[in-house]
Amino acid sequence: MQNSDCILIQGSNFAECHPVGFQWVMEAKRRGATIIHVDPRFTRTSAMADVHAPIRPGTDIAFLGGLIHYILENERYFRDYLLHYTNAAVIVDDGFQDTEDLQGLFSGWNTEGGKAHYDFRTWQYQGVGTVPAAGHKEIYGQALASTGPGGQDIGNIQRDETLASPRCVFRILERHFARYTPEMVEKTCGLSKDLFLKIAEKLCESSGPDRTSALCYSVGWTQHAVGVQIIRAASIVQLLLGNIGRPGGGILALRGHASIQGSTDIPTLFNLLPGYVPMPHAMEAQSLEGYLKTTSSASGWWSEMPKYVVSLLKAWYGQAARADNEWAFAHLPRLTGNHSHLTTIADMAEGRVKGYFVMGENPVVGSTHGALQRKAMRRAEWVVVRDFVLTETAEFWRKGAEYERGELRPEEVQTEVFFFPAAAHSEKDGSFTNAHRLVQWHHKAIEPPGEARSELHFLFHLGRRLKQLYAGSSDPKDRPLLALTWDYPTEGPYDEPSAESIVREINGYTIADGKPVSGYTKLQADGSTASGCWLYSGCYADGVNQLARRKPHWEQSHVAPEWAWAWPDNRRILYNRASADPQGRPWSERKRYVWWDSEKGEWVGKDKPDFIQGRPPSYRPQKEATGLATIAGDDPFIMQADGKGWLYAPSGLLDGPLPTHYEPQESPVANPLYPQQCNPARVEWRRKDNPYHWAFDDPRFPHVLTTYRIAEHHTAGGMSRWQSWLSELSPEMFCEVSAELAAFVGLRNGGWATVRTARGEIEARVLVTERLRPFKLDGRLVHSVGLPYHWGGAGRVRGDAANELLGFVADPNVNIFESKALTCSILPGRLSRGRRAATGRVVGEYAAPPGVQRDLEGVGQLADEPSQKKERWS
Amino acid sequence: MKRFKPLDFLMRWPLLRQIRNRDLTALGESALSRRSQELRPRTETADRVVGSICPFCGVGCGQLIYVRDEKVVNIEGDPASPVSRGKLCARGSSTFQLVTGTQRMRDVLYRRPGAKDWEVLPLERALDMVAARVKKTRDETWEARTDEGLTVNRTLGIAHLGGATLDNEENYLIKKLFTGGLGIVQVENQARI
Repeated sequence: MQNSDCILIQGSNFAECHPVGFQWVMEAKRRGATIIHVDPRFTRTSAMADVHAPIRPGTDIAFLGGLIHYILENERYFRDYLLHYTNAAVIVDDGFQDTEDLQGLFSGWNTEGGKAHYDFRTWQYQGVGTVPAAGHKEIYGQALASTGPGGQDIGNIQRDETLASPRCVFRILERHFARYTPEMVEKTCGLSKDLFLKIAEKLCESSGPDRTSALCYSVGWTQHAVGVQIIRAASIVQLLLGNIGRPGGGILALRGHASIQGSTDIPTLFNLLPGYVPMPHAMEAQSLEGYLKTTSSASGWWSEMPKYVVSLLKAWYGQAARADNEWAFAHLPRLTGNHSHLTTIADMAEGRVKGYFVMGENPVVGSTHGALQRKAMRRAEWVVVRDFVLTETAEFWRKGAEYERGELRPEEVQTEVFFFPAAAHSEKDGSFTNAHRLVQWHHKAIEPPGEARSELHFLFHLGRRLKQLYAGSSDPKDRPLLALTWDYPTEGPYDEPSAESIVREINGYTIADGKPVSGYTKLQADGSTASGCWLYSGCYADGVNQLARRKPHWEQSHVAPEWAWAWPDNRRILYNRASADPQGRPWSERKRYVWWDSEKGEWVGKDKPDFIQGRPPSYRPQKEATGLATIAGDDPFIMQADGKGWLYAPSGLLDGPLPTHYEPQESPVANPLYPQQCNPARVEWRRKDNPYHWAFDDPRFPHVLTTYRIAEHHTAGGMSRWQSWLSELSPEMFCEVSAELAAFVGLRNGGWATVRTARGEIEARVLVTERLRPFKLDGRLVHSVGLPYHWGGAGRVRGDAANELLGFVADPNVNIFESKALTCSILPGRLSRGRRAATGRVVGEYAAPPGVQRDLEGVGQLADEPSQKKERWS
Repeated sequence: MKRFKPLDFLMRWPLLRQIRNRDLTALGESALSRRSQELRPRTETADRVVGSICPFCGVGCGQLIYVRDEKVVNIEGDPASPVSRGKLCARGSSTFQLVTGTQRMRDVLYRRPGAKDWEVLPLERALDMVAARVKKTRDETWEARTDEGLTVNRTLGIAHLGGATLDNEENYLIKKLFTGGLGIVQVENQARI
């Protein structure tokens, strides 16, 4: 990042939430880079930036779409990069219709029968089906799998190198973003046209062969019902400007936790197996063959997937995984839809989920709609919480507004609750994967206190007990557990399983001699290798824990390849083949990184080349090639079925091939760009205990509500609110408002305010600042309220949790909820003693915000009352 | 026996030393006491130093943990880290309190259905009880096939949510045991949040 010429930070308060990482932004600035901060609030990040551009919460795609429009309109794209490394020239299916043609919808919107959804068939390339490198492979794969894995006909992709054809991606992009003019940005985002143009120009002039720009984001982009499409819009900007795979370029996701990245790589996510291998779906995955047909690709790197799946099954089921039983593929449970966190909680509230494990997580504060989270856990039979302290989640049965108000007594809660004290990182060996894909080892310093233990200890010994309980069972359902390899060596006074032995299993080994493999290229689909996560293969190469390497930075280059280990294969910049031109030469001396050495006949450079070693730039696949042979010498994006960066995503997404500005579920205004108000494919939970406001112009909730984190506390507070040092730095929940809104509503700095939504009400101290300003939209002022996202009802410092106000509504692709933009009302004074939506038994005049009527059970709105204005709602 | 020397005693008075040393600001040697002269950094007397990584945000700053007598006596930034070059932020600097503070729970607690308070439970017993509940719920809610006849081999009766400060190795065992062994598909993480 220090090599950037321009850094655009949007949807992130980098300086406060990732302070030490921010030193690299400052380093770039010292070297002459321009720092741009696009954010509704003026924060410490804005203070250090050259430009702060406030935009209305929830209008990120309008802003980024404006940038795309500017780049195309003024021909500021990096033409050579665009032509060779992206799918700009590819011809799209004749049936594709854009939001321009269909009033804000893409072709394929299907409202008949069941849940409305997109039929994506017309989004494909003309005559060619591609399996996405990520995203919803199962849905795309299913349609393509009649003949075998998708991508078999990749050689038939039609291109127009002149970019003149109206059906090519480039022209579709032009038309799609034609309405994202600077004037439209001003009208939608509330950002002045002049400032917008200044930013767009700066970004363009800081990109090209000689220069690179980086984009940074965090949950300011993800916690939206259009989160994935915001990031897609950023990828389009970066691909147009040629900023991916090059030093100082890229899109940096600033992860909020030590191992958020690791938790998706070796996922504890319902839809994934380790290494972004999809979980099997019941529909297509009755056999391993069927599963591989729908989820692997005939072209690009994902054609290697069978090797990874078989190696995983060997690692998990050992000798029980044999060629004659499809490597015990039947042992894996199957999905039948969305089993994400919010769905689980909604099901739990209906009594369908009986047991719940929560480890090192505090969903009652950190997830959305705390009252509904608690309600759900009260319906569970047993809950196990593992943490350092008794979080709000551990005490859901006695802490929360419903208990304070006397609506519910702990004695009425029949859930059995177990609390296990957790060991700290200083008391166990293990690895975290940081935002940069760097997998770093932390060594155990001492034994944990009292009966605190690591999660590793808990899981290993729980697994051991369950294997004993089920021992001797002949029930087919118990076979996977009994077959599970579970013989990790233990050490120390508490029989702690060896974390290093697990790293060895993750890395992979050859079955015959048990020797660690050197990397994923050594994995096989014939059962001769095992590996717990192909993507991390190489982390224990040569039998050495590569994650624990700590060679000081002053003893190596700035790329620091010998500090810890990065996936994949210790590559520090992904897709770095793109740092060289199609012939394999650096784009410029200044941005030299990885290049083709024709004498040696291999790729060389400052980093490990992220490409097939030894494949020359001139290599072109045969038309009927399959597998890795399909990757041409100038296809840097090796994970993609066609080796190209996708400006236009023909598959993988559930809400359209191109990002489109939709308003949040709850907005102060009608969508200024399209008649379609919200993301049509968003996931809603229409339940009485999860009422929504009108889609726009709701007179009861006139202001925008946005949430954020501060430097002194850590997410849901479990690691900060119990500590005196941090609590003293920031002792109390507050709500941030502009002087204009304070005057309008009658709020006093330091006084109390009550913030309301249809889900609940909270009170907080008022902080009147100039950091939040009202937005002028089409002559109208829109105010916003900012809430920090840290406090809850337990801990050394307490306060109402912001999430009591949020609802269950999520992005369709990844099911992350929307917390960054919704609507609310704010009143002076402390909280009423009324009761909240999710708990029922509402009485009294303060029971619901003005205008929200409850049903007889007291939960939510009357069932048949439309909760939105219908005419702009679908 | 040491004889009491009034002059020595007097000269230990910082003000006199300040005058004698012509030290106007009193920021120099004259401000030193025997105690402050003998103070040593905690890091100097540590038995060992262990390399670690900050458990807070996703930047992944390097940490050094100093241990003396099997107690953590200090945690500071690791200057060797190319990520952080020795720095820690407010949260990272509080890691020492995070791991050594009195807020940390040491006992396994159990709350009976309908109870008003927690009770302490021995770890081994609690593990047995959790294992028994997992088995019971799993057996009761096992779904071999859906209503449409599709094989699913799973339970929707148990779910998991993990924080993102868990180690990769721990996440691996969660997925392996819960999904691969027990057929629990609702395995989720903070990364979804």
